[in-house]
Amino acid sequence: MPKVPGLIKGLGVTMATMGRTFKDGANTVQYPHAKETPPVRARGVIALHNDNCTACMLCSRSCPDWCIYIEAHKQLAPPRRAGGKPRQVNHLDRFDIDYALCMYCGICVEVCPFDALFWSPEYEYSEPRIADLLHDKSKLGEWMETVPEAPELEAGAQKK
Amino acid sequence: MISSLAVEIPYWGQSLLRVLGGIVAVLLPAGGIVYLFLFKMMSFMQSRLGPMEAGPFGSMRLLAEVGKWLQKEDIIPENADAKIFKIAPVIVLLSTFLLIVVVPFGPDAWFTNFQAGVFYALAIGSVSVIGILVAGWSSANKYSLLGGLRAGGQLIAYELPMVLAVVGVVIQAGSMNLQQIVVAQNTQEIFGIDWIGNPYVITQFVGFVVFMIAVQAELTQPPFDMPIAESELVSGYMTEYSGFRFLMFFIGEFATAGVFAFIASVLFLGGWGVPFSWFGWSGIDDVADWMNVAGPIIMLTKMMLLVGIIMWVRFTYPRFREDQLQRFAWKVLIPVSLANIVITSILKVAV
Repeated sequence: MPKVPGLIKGLGVTMATMGRTFKDGANTVQYPHAKETPPVRARGVIALHNDNCTACMLCSRSCPDWCIYIEAHKQLAPPRRAGGKPRQVNHLDRFDIDYALCMYCGICVEVCPFDALFWSPEYEYSEPRIADLLHDKSKLGEWMETVPEAPELEAGAQKK
Repeated sequence: MISSLAVEIPYWGQSLLRVLGGIVAVLLPAGGIVYLFLFKMMSFMQSRLGPMEAGPFGSMRLLAEVGKWLQKEDIIPENADAKIFKIAPVIVLLSTFLLIVVVPFGPDAWFTNFQAGVFYALAIGSVSVIGILVAGWSSANKYSLLGGLRAGGQLIAYELPMVLAVVGVVIQAGSMNLQQIVVAQNTQEIFGIDWIGNPYVITQFVGFVVFMIAVQAELTQPPFDMPIAESELVSGYMTEYSGFRFLMFFIGEFATAGVFAFIASVLFLGGWGVPFSWFGWSGIDDVADWMNVAGPIIMLTKMMLLVGIIMWVRFTYPRFREDQLQRFAWKVLIPVSLANIVITSILKVAV
């Protein structure tokens, strides 16, 4: 059989795709009516685990878009052991991520030394007003509920 | 259309009816083409559903789009030649409406029965070039100007094979009147076989292919969309247009596709007619009155078929480069159509 010219083959491809869409339905999903579940580890939104944060500013400094705003003050916390000296801790006053600027690179999550930032696969948080995309400490904390369980460690790996 | 009605309609009434008929004959197919092919066929070929929200299966989508365009601001760039900038889309759309005038839809359903119909159609068809050139020039924008110039070069290059391809049909039919061409196709015979008449798509197949390629280029549909190449020229000559002026260009694009497909189906597919021998008609005067109703439906079917092919090609092929495009017109299409003319005339005289 002689080789079919590419021009004709191309027409066949589009026609076959049309037939397949008629028969089996489209590859796409009609979004507001039907939703695809994103992969568990998808980069949807960044969640903040408030208690772990020490306001070390590493995330804020490494952010390429400068979209993390942190303010904190020092305060005294009760001593760990009875009779000890009161500890000095950084208490978070403000921890905002501006999702209008965020480019979802995940460097802040990588760089956090205290496991205070996590990826969550939630993606439906668009807002009519751009200013509302600035998520504050409490809202970032709420996203923590949607963060999936961390995967099992590899065999032989040590948990710190 | 008029003479077969029982009531006598005054001349101004006939004119009004014809104008209304012309508007319907241009806009209705244009809307159908946009929905059926641009929205649905294209989407399905890309394995998606296309618009689904407005109306059942998104059928009211086009109305929503028109509403959107109408309420947009009519922006005219500061340095633009405002008067000409405003006229340009009107010229493009007008040439489409003038084009439908010579297309016959039935034995009595025609707008004008013009003796030099083919000549008129080809002449008016190239008026849109002026609108496009002027649009590109008056926008005071480099991209628009480049797009306009490319469109000018392309439309002139493909005008020629189009004219030459039609010459073959005119030779075979022995007439430039589109009505006569329809009659000829439905009464002639192919080498003694007469039961399907002589649709020129068979005997003038080369001419048909050349004509359809030239139409594709005239409409600046991909793969011939160099003038509006969006990845390099933003949107070519339409870059600076918004609101209802852009809408006019948009309607013009698809209405012209419909009208050119009407003309192609008249020239090559037998137009509104069925082979006259089926019903024992001997000429145009014998044709039954019901053909005035059946004719437009037959025409619409053929038109949709041809536009379907145009759109199918459009959605399949990538864009030609400018030099490839010009070389294809001047070095392939024109010699082929010239050879077609020579062979047709030899056969016409000899057989």
